[in-house]
Amino acid sequence: MRSLILALCLMSLPAWAQAPKTSSFDLMKPETQAMQRDDASNPAMLWIAEGRTLWSEKAGASRKACADCHGDVGSLRGVAVRYPAFKATQHKVITLDQQIQICRVQEQKADPWALESRPVLALSALIGLQSRGLALLPATPAEASTLAQGRALYEERRGQMNLSCAQCHDDNAGKSLGGAVIPQGHPTGYPLYRLEWQDLGSVERRLRNCMVGVRSEPYPYGSPEMVALEVFLRDRAAGLPLETPAIRP
Amino acid sequence: MASVLINVPKAVRKGDVIEIKTLISHPMETGFRSAPDGKLIPRDIIYRFVCTFEGVEIFAADLFPAISANPFIAFTMRAERSGTLTFRWLDDKGGAQVETARLDVQ
Ligand code: HEC
Ligand code: HEC
Repeated sequence: MRSLILALCLMSLPAWAQAPKTSSFDLMKPETQAMQRDDASNPAMLWIAEGRTLWSEKAGASRKACADCHGDVGSLRGVAVRYPAFKATQHKVITLDQQIQICRVQEQKADPWALESRPVLALSALIGLQSRGLALLPATPAEASTLAQGRALYEERRGQMNLSCAQCHDDNAGKSLGGAVIPQGHPTGYPLYRLEWQDLGSVERRLRNCMVGVRSEPYPYGSPEMVALEVFLRDRAAGLPLETPAIRP
Repeated sequence: MASVLINVPKAVRKGDVIEIKTLISHPMETGFRSAPDGKLIPRDIIYRFVCTFEGVEIFAADLFPAISANPFIAFTMRAERSGTLTFRWLDDKGGAQVETARLDVQ
C-alpha cells in the first residue's frame, strides 16, 4: 500500500522534477560536444570576434564606444546569467538583447539595431561569454509577475497540435521525437550556433522554432510573451552553468 | 570583409606535426535555394582554399555547394622552421580573403 502511494506521488510530479536538471549538451553526439568544447572549431567564435570589434568602435552622435562607458567587456561578468532582468528605468523586464538596443539608441545615440540582427547577436554572445560557467540565477521578486506570466504561457496548450511546452519538455523529456531527443529545454547556451540554422541565433529564435513545430503562430521577437517565457525558462534552469556561445544540432 | 579565425599552435618544436584550424564567415549559398519571391538565389560559395608556408603551397582544398556555411577547415603540417603562413579563400563573387599568421618553431 505504501509503495502504491509513493508511486502515485511520483506520477504526479513532472518528469524533470524527478530527473536532475541537465543541459541539452549532454544529449549531443561526442563530435558535436567536441565542437563546443574547442573554441577554435566553434563557428560562434566568428561572432565573438565581431562583437569585440563592435565593443570598442565609436558610433552615433555620442561618438562613444560601449567600452568608453563600460570599460573592458570582462567587467560584465555575471550580467548574462540574470537576464531578462527588471529595469526600473524601463518599468519592465527586458532581455539582454533589448538592453543592447537601448544602449545603442539612448547612450550611443546611433541608428537602432533590430533584434536578431548580426551586431546584436555578436554583442550578446560576447557579453554572454563573460559569464561562461556561472550558474543561471532564479527570478528576483521584482520579476515575479513576469515569471508567473511565463509559467502560464509554458503550460498553455497551443497550435494545431494542441501541445504545451510542458508536455514536451517536462512530461516527455528524454524520449525521442523523430530524429531528435526531446531535451529538458533549458536556455543554457544562447545565443548559440545551431548546425541546422548554419547560423547564430537567440533563444527567441529557438522558441519560435518550437512554436512553429506545434503549428502555432510564433510570438514576435521582443514581445512581452517572449520575455515572460525567457524569465520562466531562466528560473526553471537556475543553477545550470551558462555555456554561451554553445553549439546545438 | 568576412571575419576569420586562425589557430596555429604555440610552443612548437622542430619536427612536430601540428594542426592548423581555420574558420571563416561565409554564407556558402548553394545556388539551389529560392528566395521568398520564387527566384533562385545565385550561387555564392568559397570554391577554393589554399595555404602556403613561405610561398610554398602546403595544403589546398576545393569546396562544393554541399559544404555548410562558415566553413571550418583544419589540416596538419610538419613544422621544420619558423615562417609565415598565408591563407587564401576564393569565392564565386570574385572575392579573395587573404590572411597571414606566424609559425614560431623553437
Ligand atoms: C554613454 C554611456 C554608455 C554607452 C556608450 C553604452 N552604455 Fe551600456 N549602459 C550604460 C548605462 C548608464 C547603463 C545602466 C542603465 C540601467 O541599468 O538602466 C548601461 C547598461 C548596460 C548593460 C546592462 C548591465 C547590467 O548590469 O545589467 C549592458 C549589457 C550594456 N549596457 C551594454 C552596452 C553595449 C553592448 C553598448 C555598446 C553597443 C553600450 N552598453 C554602450 C551606459 C552606456
Ligand atoms: C513537440 C514537442 C515540443 C514542444 C511542444 C516544444 N518543444 Fe522545445 N524543443 C523540442 C525539441 C525536440 C527540441 C530540441 C531540438 C533539437 O535538438 O534539434 C527543443 C528545444 C528547445 C529549447 C532549446 C534547448 C537548448 O539547449 O538549446 C528550448 C529552450 C525549448 N525547446 C523551449 C520550448 C518552449 C518554451 C516551448 C513552448 C512554447 C517549447 N519548447 C515547445 C520539442 C518541443
